[in-house]
Amino acid sequence: MTAPTTSSPTTDDAPDDLGPRAAGDPFDHDVLPTPPGATGTLLRSLLAPMKARVALTTLLLLLQQAAVQAGPLLVAYAIDRAVPAFRADDHGPLIAVGAGYLLCALLSGGLQYAFLIAAARVNQDVLLDLRGRIFRHAQALSVDFHERYTSGRLISRSTTDVESLRELLEEGLQELVTVILSFLYISAMLLWLDLGLGAVAVASFVPLYLLVRTYRRRAARVYTARSTAIAAVIVKFVETMNGIRPVRAFRREAANDADFRVLNRRHERTNGDALIEMARYVVGSRLVANTAVAAIVLWGAHRVSDGSLELGVLAAAVLYLRRLYDPIDRLGMFLNSYQSAAASLEKIAGLLAQTPSVPEPSVPRELPAPPGELPGREVVFDGVAFGYRTGGEVLPRFDLTLPAGQTVAVVGSTGAGKSTLAKLLARFYDPTRGRVLLDGVDLRELAVPELRRGVVMVTQEAFLFSGTVAENIAIGRPDASREEIERAAKAIGAHEFISALPDGYDTDVRKRGGRISAGQRQLVAFARALLADPAVLILDEATSSLDVPGERAVQSAMATVLKGRTAVVIAHRLSTVEIADRVLVMEHGRIVEDGGPAELIAGTGRFADLHRAWRDSLA
Amino acid sequence: MATTPEPTKDRSAVRTLLRLWPYVRPVRTRLFTAAFVAVVASCTGLVIPLVLKWMVDGPVADGDTAGIWLGALYLLLLGFAEAGLFGLRRWLVARPLSNVEAEMRADLYRRLQRLPVAFHDRWASGQLLSRGTTDLMLLRMFLAFPLTFLLVNSVTILVGVIIMLLQDWTLGLVILGPALPVMVMCVIFERRYAVVARRAQDQVGDLTTVVEESVLGIRIIKGFGRHRSQARAFRDLSAGLRGTELRKARLLATIWAVIVTLPEVAIGAALVLGSVQVADGELSAGTLVAFLSTALALRWPVDSIGFLLAMSQEAATATERYFEVMDERPEEESGSGTEPATGDGGLRFDGVVFRYPDAEPGSPPTLDRIDLHIRPGESMALVGATGSGKTTLTALVPRLHETTAGRITLDGEDITAMPRAELRAKVAVAFEEPTLFSASVGENVLMGADGSAGAAELERALGVAQAAFVHQLPQGTATQVGEQGLSLSGGQRQRLALARAVVGTPRFLVLDDPLSALDVHTEAAVEAALRQVLAGTTALIVAHRPSTVLLADRVALLSGGRITAVGTHQELLRGNAEYAHLMSGTGRQEDDR
Repeated sequence: MTAPTTSSPTTDDAPDDLGPRAAGDPFDHDVLPTPPGATGTLLRSLLAPMKARVALTTLLLLLQQAAVQAGPLLVAYAIDRAVPAFRADDHGPLIAVGAGYLLCALLSGGLQYAFLIAAARVNQDVLLDLRGRIFRHAQALSVDFHERYTSGRLISRSTTDVESLRELLEEGLQELVTVILSFLYISAMLLWLDLGLGAVAVASFVPLYLLVRTYRRRAARVYTARSTAIAAVIVKFVETMNGIRPVRAFRREAANDADFRVLNRRHERTNGDALIEMARYVVGSRLVANTAVAAIVLWGAHRVSDGSLELGVLAAAVLYLRRLYDPIDRLGMFLNSYQSAAASLEKIAGLLAQTPSVPEPSVPRELPAPPGELPGREVVFDGVAFGYRTGGEVLPRFDLTLPAGQTVAVVGSTGAGKSTLAKLLARFYDPTRGRVLLDGVDLRELAVPELRRGVVMVTQEAFLFSGTVAENIAIGRPDASREEIERAAKAIGAHEFISALPDGYDTDVRKRGGRISAGQRQLVAFARALLADPAVLILDEATSSLDVPGERAVQSAMATVLKGRTAVVIAHRLSTVEIADRVLVMEHGRIVEDGGPAELIAGTGRFADLHRAWRDSLA
Repeated sequence: MATTPEPTKDRSAVRTLLRLWPYVRPVRTRLFTAAFVAVVASCTGLVIPLVLKWMVDGPVADGDTAGIWLGALYLLLLGFAEAGLFGLRRWLVARPLSNVEAEMRADLYRRLQRLPVAFHDRWASGQLLSRGTTDLMLLRMFLAFPLTFLLVNSVTILVGVIIMLLQDWTLGLVILGPALPVMVMCVIFERRYAVVARRAQDQVGDLTTVVEESVLGIRIIKGFGRHRSQARAFRDLSAGLRGTELRKARLLATIWAVIVTLPEVAIGAALVLGSVQVADGELSAGTLVAFLSTALALRWPVDSIGFLLAMSQEAATATERYFEVMDERPEEESGSGTEPATGDGGLRFDGVVFRYPDAEPGSPPTLDRIDLHIRPGESMALVGATGSGKTTLTALVPRLHETTAGRITLDGEDITAMPRAELRAKVAVAFEEPTLFSASVGENVLMGADGSAGAAELERALGVAQAAFVHQLPQGTATQVGEQGLSLSGGQRQRLALARAVVGTPRFLVLDDPLSALDVHTEAAVEAALRQVLAGTTALIVAHRPSTVLLADRVALLSGGRITAVGTHQELLRGNAEYAHLMSGTGRQEDDR
């Protein structure tokens, strides 16, 4: 992206919902700015709680390798000692070799089993922890974050990126430890068998090390590119599937195929690059290894023939050498999964490093008991101003008091700042300056459960989660009984259509016959809000898809339900105003009119004008 | 110790994997060459012990320096050959296999775009996504490793066993001893693993769905402070996945332990027997060394069979999941368009019945015997209670859903008789939920027109939709919106969707409550501009409010799945109680409403 180096453009005149993006926005990149070392810190913090189990797992592998690597040693002993002893009719050493080999075989199998189980436990617990962390963190991040970080990216963080860590843990780490251990064991064995031959083997590690280092550097680049490429594929995929109706209606299929082809090709190319890097590495490492084997055999054979080395030792050395270099390929595979996991972990770390801009308080306060019988609470905007982090003030400084129990309608044209006002009250955003008080308590000091007993917001987009209709309503209050759920649905006029569904309240919204229209979804959303029973209810365009009777029903329900509650109602349909005690007219982020509906209608201001236009529209 | 894995493979897994053939076919030459190269490379590795034997029994025993040099040179050459061949194998398949993965993904995407909308209603997109990502990566890995190495290892083991039998047939038979039990264990393992592998993959799909919903429904979760219960649901699901993964691990650990232990026991027995034979002078020391190095060289091929089989099984499951989607029938292109036009213009519904394909068999249809005629150039408002099937009816016109019975004609031509692309080019739609794609504002709007439309048409359409706000965006009409761009408000999106519907000056226009998110002033301005457009267009407009109804020449009332009244707004307002109720909210006819 071509980010201008000059200061960010002024977005003062940017309307309400346009704020958060500006040139040079870090969100345009797949990797969010990550503090240095965050990836390592993340990995350490994931493994820290299971230090003991990691140690046990490593120990099991250590023992298993010891059992496995004993084989050639027994071969050397058999050839050099047991055979001559057997010839001398001493059967003891050969029996010992047989017993030893059997023991090693059983041990290596048993330890392999124990190790695999222990390792799987550690891996799965790490993954469980990481999945949970990403999920919880994403949930804790503010709405403002979600508006900027696309859903596709978030999904790819918790799917493909976690998947690549899984590969690292399941295959990679075991490989690495096996490789290191067998290097150590075998080098030690070789040195012990014969210092000279061992030294040649150890010397071959130098070119191998250089090879590994070069590969690592080259692969890092390729893997980052690959992980970015797959994220782009996922974003396109998700967008298409979620917008399948317009895709069809506007015959986007071919154009989408073409777009997807480009993204898919990019992924294919980076994928191929990664595999080619691997091929290079394999050739290099095999060349070094096989040269070393030839050199050692050459020298060892000379020494056997002049009698300075025993044949059994040479045999064991060669058997060990084959094994010494066998794991190098696997080291490559480890580096492979390491690079790809590192690229993914960096992105995950970047996500986890995002601090919620709307944090939960460390020392939460409780709301005071409601003063009277009625549930409503007083809302005060105290010197509040709001602007997005990227600059530009959306709501200039203002003060506003909504007395407990008042129903306030907020009207104004699109982009006047109505939704922002509502989001501040619902604490989807925190004000840039000033405070929002609920019965004198700053919203920032309330823990989430307490805040949501206080304020609930119903928005225009009525999303339904997988599950039954009843479960969707119960999101408002998970411990609600079926009677309470039905009562809420009845109050809002949703009971009728829900009862008509194939399984009534137990109809799965994604299964047979679970089709629910936009208007019906809004009714479900309302029922949800009623069930939550908050002190302050915010309705943001919550009736836009309802027909007139539906809206009427909701309003008459509201008239009883809202009684005593504080309510903020944002609506284009001024019919809402009929139930409002007070009307705020907003324009360009400012409250330009404030008064009782009758008073404003009688006047000559904007509201009177709006109201006239609306009456005309009713025809 | 030796076993060829083929007989242990479950038949159905093989058959499932065979379905990959059409995708593998284009790269078959390279893949087979690579497999052949790998076999040769592997066998090269097996020759090395023979050279050693020759050296130990010949030059080393005789003190022949030149022979030792020659032997070492052979070893070096063999080593170079092995390295080169293994590299060649990887290089041969690197690009082709990435290509196979990409092709399969592109095909999946292409197919998904063309599957009926009803399919998408049924499938959570997380399940689709996990098929397009994780499953396909598994398949690529399967083609790269298990497929090749099951073959390579079998050949290597076979050749190795033959070499061993030739050197000493008694020792060879000892080594072969565990083959049968290992094979039996592999078969049992395969069966059990298949079940667990499938469960794990499905659980990953479910987890993806929860992640996706939690992101898409974030405002609701936040609004009700439900992120903890959401996290609990997520934790339960991921704990379930963990359980399944651990069961997989247990199965894998068992088979692995068997595969490691039994051959090792056989090697131990061969070592003891061989030593006895060497002591008795029946066997040369060199042969024993060569024999054991061969046996040890076969360790990896044998050991790896366990996880190669596991990976194959997972690949079979992934294939199954992939083809579950690919086997769905896409929307069929209807027969020839030779249906004679009836000469009757406009948009006509003729005895249209619609029932969702997945509805309960006995339930009443959603739409029942709809007869409606919209004359050429006329606009018809469609009014009905919430959930009466208005949106469903509009979806039938561009054939997003197929009518169950009856027919719909455009200017006398049956819509099922024309290609879908042609139909959808004739009919422009604005949905109630306006979706913008990741593209510029201009591109999003111009989607509604064929390639010919340009800046002038764009401006006109934006003018109709009162969407002048786009000029204040950072890059004007070039501003990126959608998933990867600026997020616009509901009203702004709705206006762009409307502009998209009118930009191509379509013959037929279907608008589903197009103004619901607009404020009164904007709505009035849009209506005024829209009237001009509607004057020359045949339009069906779903309306909830009188203001929208007034855009239309006539109104149709949809009630109980049938059109119960057609007339002008005034006529119906006076003569139809249900309509009056819907429009004014007063005079309710159903007391329990």
